[in-house]
Amino acid sequence: MDYAVHILTMIAITGIAAVSLNLLIGETGLVSVAQAAFAGIGAYGMTLLMLHAGIPFLAAALFSALIAGAIALIIGAIFLSLREVYYVFGTVGLNMIVWAILLNWDSLTRGPLGIPGITRPEVLGISFADNTAFLILCAVVLLAVFAAHYAIMKSNFGRVLHAVREDEEAIAVLGYKTEVYKIVIFVISAALVAFSGSLYATYLSYINPSAFTVNDSIFILAIVILGGLGSAYGAIVGTCMLVGAFEALRFIGFPASIAGDMRQVFYGLILILFMLYLPRGLFGKFRI
Amino acid sequence: MAKETLLSLENASVHYGGVRAIDNVTLKVDEHELIALMGPNGAGKSTVLKALIGLAPLSRGQVRWHGVAIKPKTHEMVARGIAYVPQGRQVFKSLTVLENLELGGYTLNNRSATKANIESVLHLFPSLREKLSHKAGLLSGGQQQMLTIARGLVADPKILLLDEPSLGLAPKVVKEVFEKIAEIHRERCIAVVVVEHSIKSVLAIATRVFVLSRGSVVLEGSPDSIDSEALHRVFLGQS
Repeated sequence: MDYAVHILTMIAITGIAAVSLNLLIGETGLVSVAQAAFAGIGAYGMTLLMLHAGIPFLAAALFSALIAGAIALIIGAIFLSLREVYYVFGTVGLNMIVWAILLNWDSLTRGPLGIPGITRPEVLGISFADNTAFLILCAVVLLAVFAAHYAIMKSNFGRVLHAVREDEEAIAVLGYKTEVYKIVIFVISAALVAFSGSLYATYLSYINPSAFTVNDSIFILAIVILGGLGSAYGAIVGTCMLVGAFEALRFIGFPASIAGDMRQVFYGLILILFMLYLPRGLFGKFRI
Repeated sequence: MAKETLLSLENASVHYGGVRAIDNVTLKVDEHELIALMGPNGAGKSTVLKALIGLAPLSRGQVRWHGVAIKPKTHEMVARGIAYVPQGRQVFKSLTVLENLELGGYTLNNRSATKANIESVLHLFPSLREKLSHKAGLLSGGQQQMLTIARGLVADPKILLLDEPSLGLAPKVVKEVFEKIAEIHRERCIAVVVVEHSIKSVLAIATRVFVLSRGSVVLEGSPDSIDSEALHRVFLGQS
C-alpha cells in the first residue's frame, strides 16, 4: 500500500511538471528542455526559505515559484531572438547552468551533498506528514494545475498561444505582440514546475542537484511527447505510463549496477519508437 | 478633389543578408485606390508589402504615414489601420472560423465592436456564416482564402495589403476571390494593394499598376496605360 502511495505521489508531482510543460511545447510550440532547472529553483528556493528563514511551506513554495517566474521573465526576454532549434539549445544551456550552480555553490546548496532534513508541509493548520495525506495534497495541486491549464487554453490568451504555435507571423500581422505572449506563458510554466519542485523536495525530505539535470528535463519532455502535444490529459496519462513503467522495470531483475542506466535506455527507446510510429503521441493534436 | 496619400515608400531598399530584395522603390497608396503589384517570381513584390507593414526592415529609404516619416513596427502599423493578408492562406487551422475572425479584432480592443465588425464582414462573405463553428483547417482552399481576407477586415482597416490571394487556387475560385476584392474596394471604400501573378484577374480590377523586375519598379500607371508588350517582356525576364 505504501509503495502504491509512493508511486501515485511521484506521478502527481511529475504530472504537474508535465502539464506545465505542455503549456509551452504543446500549446505554444516552444520546445523547452529546462523544466528540471525551474523545478530545481523551486525545490532549492523553498528548502532554503523553510530551513534558513523559517518561512512556512506554502509561502516558501509560492515565493520560490515567483523567483522561478522572475528568472523565466529575464531568460524569456533574452531567448526572444532565438528560433526553433536555437531556442531548444538555449533552454538546454539554461538547464546546464542552473545545474552547475546548484552543484558548485557549496555555501548555499551544499553542492553534491545536497540538503537533508526538509520537513513535510503543514498548510492552513493541516499536517501532511502522513504519506497518504501528502498524496492528497499533490493530487489537489495537480487538479488545480490541470484546471488552470484548461482555463488558460479556453481564454483569448490561450487562443493566441494556439495561433502562435500554428503561425507566429500570421498572428503578428493581426497586431499581436507575440513576444509578450511567449514570455508570459514561459513565466507561468516555470512558476508551475517550480511548485512541483517544492513538493518533490518536501516529499523526499532531501534534495541534491542530480534530480535537476538536462536528463530530467528530457524525461518530462518524453512524457509530454508520449501523452501527445496539446493535451493536458495526455500529459497525465504519459506521466502514469512512464513513471509506472520505470517502477515496473525494478521487477525485471537487472543487476543493480546497470538498473539505472537501463531506465535511461528504456525511455530513450520509447521516445524513438514514438517519433517513428506515433509522432503525435497518444492524445496529441500536433506534431513536435 | 485630390486624394490624400495614406501610406508611401520612398526610395526604399531591403536586403535579406547580402541579397538585395528591392532597390530604390517608391510607391504611394492614396485613399480608396486599388493598386496591383505585378512582376515575375523574385521581383520583390511581397517584400514591398512586408516593408509597408514593418516585417522587412528597410536598409535605405523610408515609410511615410499621412506624409510623416515613421519606423514601421508591425503591431503599430496594424493599429494605424493597415491589414496584411500574407500569402499561403494562413488560417489558424486548429481554431474555428469564428475564433479566427475574433482574433482579427485585436486592435479594436472592444468586444462589442469586434462582434459588430464580424457581423459586417459576414455580409461580405456569407459562405463563412454557415461554417462559423467549423475548424478552419477543414475549409476548402478558396474558403480559407476568403477567411484570411475576412479576418483582415474585422479590424476595419483603411488599407488592405493582399499577398498573392490566388496562390494555389483553381481558376474558378480565383475569379470569385477577385470579384470579392473588387466588392470590398467598392463597398468599404478602403485602399487595397494586391500582389498578384494573375495578370488578367488583377488588371480587371486595379486602378493603378506597379510592375517590378529584379527589385525595382520598371512600369507604373493606370491599367490602360501599361503597354502589354512591355509587361510581357518583364514577365519573360527580358527587361
